[in-house]
Amino acid sequence: MSRIKEKFNQLKSKKETALISYIMAGYPSEKITLAAVRGLIQGGSDIIELGFPFSDPIADGPTIQMASTESLNNGTKIENFFTIVKKIRKESNIPLVLMTYTNILYNQTYLKFISRAKQAGIDGLILPDMAIEESKEYVKAAKKIGMDTIFLVSPNTEKDRLKQIIKSTSGFLYMVAVFGTTGVQTKIHKYTLDALKNTKYAAKGKIPVGVGFGVSTEKDVQKYVSSGADAVIVGSANIKIIENTPTNKVQTRIATFTKRLKNKTR
Amino acid sequence: MKIGIPKDGRFGEFGGKYIPETLAPAIEELEKNYLKIRNDKNFKKELGRLLIDYAGRPTPIYFARNLTKTIGGAKIYLKREDLLHGGAHKINNTLGQALLAKRMGKKRIIAETGAGQHGVATAMACASLGLKAEIYMGYVDTLRQKQNVFRMELLGAKVHAVKSGSKTLKDAINEAMRDWITNVDSTYYLLGSAVGPHPYPLMVRDFQAVIGVEIKKQMKKIPNAVIACVGGGSNAIGTFYPLIDTNAKIIGIEAGGKGVKTKLHSAPLTAGKKGVLHGMMTYLMQDKDGQISETHSISAGLDYPGVGPEHAFLKDENRVEYKAVTDDEVIDAFLILTRTEGIIPALESAHAIAHAIKISKKMKKTESIVVTLSGRGDKDIDIVKEYLAKNVKNKRKI
Repeated sequence: MSRIKEKFNQLKSKKETALISYIMAGYPSEKITLAAVRGLIQGGSDIIELGFPFSDPIADGPTIQMASTESLNNGTKIENFFTIVKKIRKESNIPLVLMTYTNILYNQTYLKFISRAKQAGIDGLILPDMAIEESKEYVKAAKKIGMDTIFLVSPNTEKDRLKQIIKSTSGFLYMVAVFGTTGVQTKIHKYTLDALKNTKYAAKGKIPVGVGFGVSTEKDVQKYVSSGADAVIVGSANIKIIENTPTNKVQTRIATFTKRLKNKTR
Repeated sequence: MKIGIPKDGRFGEFGGKYIPETLAPAIEELEKNYLKIRNDKNFKKELGRLLIDYAGRPTPIYFARNLTKTIGGAKIYLKREDLLHGGAHKINNTLGQALLAKRMGKKRIIAETGAGQHGVATAMACASLGLKAEIYMGYVDTLRQKQNVFRMELLGAKVHAVKSGSKTLKDAINEAMRDWITNVDSTYYLLGSAVGPHPYPLMVRDFQAVIGVEIKKQMKKIPNAVIACVGGGSNAIGTFYPLIDTNAKIIGIEAGGKGVKTKLHSAPLTAGKKGVLHGMMTYLMQDKDGQISETHSISAGLDYPGVGPEHAFLKDENRVEYKAVTDDEVIDAFLILTRTEGIIPALESAHAIAHAIKISKKMKKTESIVVTLSGRGDKDIDIVKEYLAKNVKNKRKI
């Protein structure tokens, strides 16, 4: 069983919702990334999503764009990313998900990249520009290696398409909460809650549904938890804390923030 | 080799639609609507009328007698897209897509622009059809093409200067896509080149194919060679597509910048590798991690790390030959055409002229070359002036 699946099973028996926390690898440095990861684990995050920067992140808003650019300017390469993952693996068995863009995998071939990621300790992949129509080769390679493929659905995804996406998804299904890019703060719309209901219905309890994009406060987390989400995903809010915190305090501040959010999922 | 409607949105292995899920319904709606109007008589009639009365089609084929004499080889003909309304071929596509958007009931149009020519052509089409236009333009490009920024504003468009990434065309496309993701219901994304997710490469090619269709009609016999410049590749695919099944030699010219052996160029077909960007699989300039490289060209319109998927296909099929010329060669060609014919070409188009000069010398005088002069060069005169001031060698030529 994959680490992700195992985690969701554990949480289910405790009647808890998963808190998934995103940070960008190499922002602002490898050292701080590791400190932030430790903070997330301390705070009780259930799954960590590590971003690998791409030069052209079309699904990301200003905060993650900034972190991507900084990370690339700091010289973050794939090798550094896998080094970070291996270091985390020495300290923790927490499920690790890689979020990046299709070209990063395509460049090395899906099979080669995914097997390297698996070896380093990655459990699942999120590619916001990987449409279901183009995913055959990618899903095949991931299946072969035993890597979870986490697809995204949107509030405007139609029923038949939703079914098709669920078929190719493993680990969890990532529901984008808003029409927009990552990190844009907004109130929680009725259309999002309706979409969550429909997505949960289509998932039939076979695959957990996580809600992300614009989720940043305890109130947001509480609302999605009470609306039936199996996981909530917080990203840009973490990046903002890292951006505005002296480096020696990143770990404790991230831990405090994460703990507050995690409390709302219990 | 001639692909009408690409199956699964792919030209051979190239193309596809690698898009965020939020755009999937919009792309599907666009594809459905486009395929419906593609053979709609009324749509064709309305667009045909606009192309004649508003844009100024057909454009002439001009025999460049003086240039031919100066070079002393094959006869060089120019397809004068520079004489179109707005000064470039871009209006062929913007009228088509704006008309489609209107039929789809979309009132807000967004577009990206590099040199500003597509932005201007979008602003014009939108003004004439009563649509609201917002244009994304890289901050670097807004500085080197100030005049076009003001032209767009005069035409009633809102211009957003994009300050992310390399601040050029690719970043303008990123930002336009982010806008589209955010306003997917109300907004039509009017892409300006033969790039992006399916059906854009097909649609832009269809709307630009009028160039090649006219060339075929206007030339007494099929030319021995046809040349066009390739950035994203819209004027080139429009020129080439109707001629693919003839025996003409077809050549696309990429921006070689300071040389394809340096990193300072924009020639993915000559020196790139397959990858995925802006919704398509195609040849890209990228590093060994798959990060998209920053490009360089003296012409903002060719300053793009990717290329339309149909060009990638035609390259791999060996039907079209793709070459690159350097900034220096482009300036030379710009000056030669200006002096011999009294025609100031856009720096983009001067790439095609530069290659025509190279090969015509080696061809027979009875043979013919058609070069698509995709735009006029008024927008570029400051760049040329600056370049000449820095490069004394070229300055001696004037």
